[in-house]
Amino acid sequence: MPGAEITIDAPSTRAQASAPARPQVACAHCGLAVPSGLIDPAAAMQFCCNGCRTVHAVIHGCGLERFYRLRAADPGRAAAAAVSGRTFGELDDPAFAERWVEHRPDGLTATELLLEGIHCAACVWLVEKLPAVAPGVIEARLDLRRGVVRVVWDPRRTPLSAVARALDSLGYTPHPVRDGETRSMRRREDRAFLVRIGVAGAAAGNVMVLAFALYGGLFSGIEAEFAGYFRWMSMLLGVLALAWPGSVFFRGAWAALRTRTAHLDLPIALGLAAGGLMGTINTLRGAGEIYFDSLTVLVFLLLVGRWIQRRQQRWAADAVQLLYTLTPAFARRIESGGGPPRDIPLEAVRRGDLLEVRAGDTIPVDGIVELGASRVDQALLTGEPRPAAVSTGSRVAAGTLNLAAALHVRASATGADTRVGRLMALVEQSARRRTPIVQFADGLAGWFTIAVITLATLTLGVWLWLDPGHAAEHTAALLIVACPCALGLATPLAVAVAIGRAARQGILIKGGDTLETLSRRGLVLFDKTGTLTQGRASLVRWSGDASAQPLVAALEAHSSHPIAKALCAAFREESPLPTTDVTQVSGAGVEGLVAGRRVRVGSIEYVPEPARAACHWLNEAVAQCIAEGLTPVVVCVDGTVAALAAVGDAVRPDAREAIAALRARGWRAGILSGDHPQVVATVARQVGIDPRLAHGHVSPEAKLATVEAARRVGPVVMIGDGVNDAAALSAASVGIAVQGGAEASLAAAHVYLNQAGLAPVVDLLGASRRTFQAIRCCLATSLTYNAAGVLLAITGVINPLIAAVLMPLSSFTVLSIALGARTFAGSAPRRAA
Amino acid sequence: MSVIYVILPLAMLMGAAAVAAFIWAVRSGQYDDVDTTALRLLHDDDVEPPHRPRSHSPRRQRGRHEP
Repeated sequence: MPGAEITIDAPSTRAQASAPARPQVACAHCGLAVPSGLIDPAAAMQFCCNGCRTVHAVIHGCGLERFYRLRAADPGRAAAAAVSGRTFGELDDPAFAERWVEHRPDGLTATELLLEGIHCAACVWLVEKLPAVAPGVIEARLDLRRGVVRVVWDPRRTPLSAVARALDSLGYTPHPVRDGETRSMRRREDRAFLVRIGVAGAAAGNVMVLAFALYGGLFSGIEAEFAGYFRWMSMLLGVLALAWPGSVFFRGAWAALRTRTAHLDLPIALGLAAGGLMGTINTLRGAGEIYFDSLTVLVFLLLVGRWIQRRQQRWAADAVQLLYTLTPAFARRIESGGGPPRDIPLEAVRRGDLLEVRAGDTIPVDGIVELGASRVDQALLTGEPRPAAVSTGSRVAAGTLNLAAALHVRASATGADTRVGRLMALVEQSARRRTPIVQFADGLAGWFTIAVITLATLTLGVWLWLDPGHAAEHTAALLIVACPCALGLATPLAVAVAIGRAARQGILIKGGDTLETLSRRGLVLFDKTGTLTQGRASLVRWSGDASAQPLVAALEAHSSHPIAKALCAAFREESPLPTTDVTQVSGAGVEGLVAGRRVRVGSIEYVPEPARAACHWLNEAVAQCIAEGLTPVVVCVDGTVAALAAVGDAVRPDAREAIAALRARGWRAGILSGDHPQVVATVARQVGIDPRLAHGHVSPEAKLATVEAARRVGPVVMIGDGVNDAAALSAASVGIAVQGGAEASLAAAHVYLNQAGLAPVVDLLGASRRTFQAIRCCLATSLTYNAAGVLLAITGVINPLIAAVLMPLSSFTVLSIALGARTFAGSAPRRAA
Repeated sequence: MSVIYVILPLAMLMGAAAVAAFIWAVRSGQYDDVDTTALRLLHDDDVEPPHRPRSHSPRRQRGRHEP
């Protein structure tokens, strides 16, 4: 998939690989070792690659050498500069400006760009010096954590493309961030939340100080006049805290009541309301407990817990969103009047436009090839790993990858009208239809509320009979001590901790309810290509003479066919044998003279008849290959069959183990694939999946239907990589997108794996279960405290001091359980491959 | 002790002022990105015009070779 990894620094790997050989010469820009071949003895400065040379020249030319001094003070991760050298013409298109550029009243414009290669404090300094590099830029502010810069520029003095080129020349390739509205909405929400926490904290702190004086007075005596004064002040602050920051809980409880769903806000609001009411009455009449110290601290702590969970989830969602941003969203339009192709944003492509699609680019529209011949990887749409040949007149689909040569494509459908666009619409629909999972703690809240109300009624009844004067007092005390503070705090924190640790392991979880579903058991459906298998052709088996392998490698180096690439990769040679006289026969194979021997590699039909007849095992071996869904490649050396290579999409090495681990945890496993049923059945056997649950020839629409049908029975986890299962990923109880998947999976899935293989899935399931064990443990502890408090309240022996000690004590115990739980910590961190 | 009738509202007012300052800081976006701001503090700028003549002083070249 193009652009899935944030840092692709090939030059740096090359530099590191050659490092031990010679005395090191450090690159003047990035500090990595300069490859020996690039050292120029005459030059004053050495560079490890052209990117670094260009960036150094720009930095020096603009008088920004301070960058190097700043970086020396903060030796972070060194990376060679990558300069893309693109023109970024698409950023100047009116269609782009209209949607993604903010026009400010003072005539300036602003937008956000995601930068590749941001890694340290010196980067912040350099990027924010952008006005010195690109005239017309007023301000550049970098958010280091997200790697996103907000640029304000004067459109009359410079186009956005020039700003983007300036950033590119500094070694930070920019990508437009296309989520302006959701971000500004979230920012408003975040700010409102912070304000609430601030107000709640200030109120809680001041009420606690007043409470200190009151409690002190309880023991050493206080004049009634001052006690009354302090109580009035407490009430003032307490009512403020309940009415402003605390309104969140009342609104949540009201919404829960209206929709008749259980929510933890309900018992919390009940406790807050009872305490607030009783406290106010007692203040007004000048006798009894006022409770405001407990209530304000409660509001503050609960808000802090929710804020932490929110931040953690936001962080994971942001990371996924930014990965999505890295995918190219422009097309190269061939102008009817001639001239070079122009970069335009996808929003500006119209039906009937003629577009150039270079090799390695994703085709941006559904259309018909007008010029050129190439191979197209359609795995994203069909799940078929073998590329399809296209030529003039062929139909190509948006989202597929052009592999071999440049094509001219006439657009027949764009944007939402393409097949990919319609699939994405399905993704959005199923996301909207998705019923929110009632979170674990919320599910309990219903029972909790009923129990509390029953007990409160009981207490009221008993005390009305025993001592009517104190009935209201004891009932209010019960409602307050029964307020599930610890529970309300522990659940979000335990979830936040798990999500944070998962992110460090390369598992990005977008929501807390995901963890809960994964802690249960149900059905796991896998996509085949790219999920269970590697998603590309590779050598699976070699039968015959191993000495022919170097000959094959040398010969196949002259072909760009996927099978040739697979064979080359399998027998990689340091110094290939001399090869001459190479002829390729399309659809058959390749022949040539390698080290004096005549070598022929290709399909069975390409083998000379006498050689085929002479080899007794050949036909049987070929038949076996076909039965396993592999492509047989026959190797002939000097007219006799030397070996048979079976090439295919190999199963991931950890797939079998991962599936065994899933089954051990009580999950059933199945396959939904667009590939041929026979191939699917073979893979199912290899990884240990029941063939009855392995389905081939499933279209994206059918995948969605299957997942939705299965969800009626129980939780469904869909694990996939691409557009052809994006809708299914989104509709599943939990959709998990594997690394290297299509862009669409980033938007659709609930969990994104930022490291290769299926092992993270097993980690995730184990950690989810451990997280929920911790939550249950918290719950038991907090219920014990609540029960003790309730007992004291019912018997009427509770005093405010006991309540005041009990609450922080229970919160503290529960927090230490939530934070100390071994969730993702048990497995060693792996590097993202 | 009756001074408390003056002191306490005064203290509350000061608290309110602090809360108001916090709210202003949040609303003007100062808490939107707390990571980068901490680093920006280190970039105390030399007071120089952004477009300097392109000089090659040996002192600066030494700085460039630092890893």
